[in-house]
Amino acid sequence: MTAEAPDALRVENIAKRFGSVTALQDVSLHLRKGEVLGLIGDNGAGKSTLIKIITGFHRPDAGRIYLDGEEVELKSVSQAQRLGIQTVYQDLALVNDMTVYHNMFLNKEITWRPLPLLNNRKMKHLTRRYLDDIGVSIPSIETEVAMLSGGQRQAIAVARAVYSEDARILLLDEPLAAMGAKEGAMILDLVQRLKESGGVSIILIAHNYAHVLEVCDRVNVLQHGRITYDKPAAETSVEELTELMVSEYRRARTGGGG
Amino acid sequence: MATQATAEKRPGFFPQLLEALVRRQEAGILVVSVGLILYFYLRNPAFLTQGNIQTLAQFMAATAIVASGLVMVMILGEIDLSVGQAFAFAPIVMWIAYDQLLLVLPLAVVIGLLATAAVGLVNGVMRVFFGVPSFVATLGMFFLLGGLNVILVAGFPKPAPEASWLKSALGAYPYAGIMWALVILAFMHVLLNYTRWGMHTFATGGNFIGAREAGIRVDRIRIGNFMLCSMLGGFAGILEAMRINSIDPLAGGAEIMFLAISAAVIGGTPLAGGIGTVFGAFLGALALSVLRNGFTLQGVSAFTFNVILGITVLIVMVLNVYVITRLRKGRRVT
Repeated sequence: MTAEAPDALRVENIAKRFGSVTALQDVSLHLRKGEVLGLIGDNGAGKSTLIKIITGFHRPDAGRIYLDGEEVELKSVSQAQRLGIQTVYQDLALVNDMTVYHNMFLNKEITWRPLPLLNNRKMKHLTRRYLDDIGVSIPSIETEVAMLSGGQRQAIAVARAVYSEDARILLLDEPLAAMGAKEGAMILDLVQRLKESGGVSIILIAHNYAHVLEVCDRVNVLQHGRITYDKPAAETSVEELTELMVSEYRRARTGGGG
Repeated sequence: MATQATAEKRPGFFPQLLEALVRRQEAGILVVSVGLILYFYLRNPAFLTQGNIQTLAQFMAATAIVASGLVMVMILGEIDLSVGQAFAFAPIVMWIAYDQLLLVLPLAVVIGLLATAAVGLVNGVMRVFFGVPSFVATLGMFFLLGGLNVILVAGFPKPAPEASWLKSALGAYPYAGIMWALVILAFMHVLLNYTRWGMHTFATGGNFIGAREAGIRVDRIRIGNFMLCSMLGGFAGILEAMRINSIDPLAGGAEIMFLAISAAVIGGTPLAGGIGTVFGAFLGALALSVLRNGFTLQGVSAFTFNVILGITVLIVMVLNVYVITRLRKGRRVT
């Protein structure tokens, strides 16, 4: 257990509104060093918004973010990346008309320094290595990603985040959504391996609670823009989490009438 | 675990050819250009005399340079309608700096180009920070600059600067234009395909949200490419002014802009965002120039040229949208 480890990331009292819609009301959570935190919640609960605030994509209306105990103001995605925050977005952020290896190094392109020209050979080489390492087979890394299946695309997005040299915090927003059982197991293995290596701290968003409990140390539930539940994975179960989510729906139904 | 990346089957010759045509849209337009040149040469051997080649090269150079800048903007899914006015604006600003402010010619040229960069900056800022669609923003700029150009020279064409080595290099020498076009082609091709700027341009046009999520500074990419497009338009205009030895406020305008957009589209930049090639735009400019020049030699009217140009653009777009997208989908591997 990593219960005594210091916090790699802490967010306090985060709020975010889009026009008249309140996406996040008052969210506080913390992520310990080397920990895998599962974040679950209904569709529309604000999970992706929270992730996009931590990656610098959205700016929060209120609240503070601390990295390794130091307060940071995340002004842009590239700034968050420089601080070691890497993300697999729900929409994958792949460019369909670009090759697999250019997607793998999107905004992290390797150049023949000091020349500003792309070092495609090195990018191809590393892309092959990363994909082999995960164990996902792609017919050719020179095809455009539009030609690939959902699972293959997801694998590329995951590999891109995981193999960033400077990844300290990984945010995985439903990395298993489009994956078959085998590919999903590969990604879960990868998360497990990363956890054992101890270098990164991970927030994993998933709808499959069995997956969450398989690799996570701790589970948080986000409901109506707040964290409503925080327990070690060992002290909860798929049944309890399911019950938690469903009971809310039942309450709303019986309470609301009609 | 062994890599599967190299384990691809070798297709037969015909599928390979088809693949090449689908993959490299430039191949198709290259075949068309060569075919047109042969056709016009066989109809009238005067087509390939030195004099006519020179005319062809001069006409083509301006279109090709303007098109290479438009490609960058069109890959972003944007358009720059004002580029034809930047074409006339740059030499006018140059003339003011040179003739009115009495600056040396090199400095005057630089000032002319900076003025067009400012035009591109305004276009880009209107698009990025005010959210005005680029069609509308650059339409406004088209009229604004068009009027300003005439006002700045009080309605009359002005003489180009007197002869100098720089004037020769910038267009007065008969083959200067096409040489610049080739240099710019090489530069833009490398910029688009072998630099981070080019990759980020493709990414921003292909998946705007995704590019932002990946941390690409999409605003900088968009504004920068609008500036680049305007500057290339202005540079082509300076070359043209030096060549015809006159600074004409009515040079360029809608005609060069539409020709350059057509060249880009025919060459394989469909304005759908995320796709484009500078080399193709160059070949598109070649094909258009050959067509126009060949018709002129044969005594076919400009209206016929327009009809053929119109049909070509439509056919190319239909091919783009239907045939190529379908073929690509057909190649989907799982």
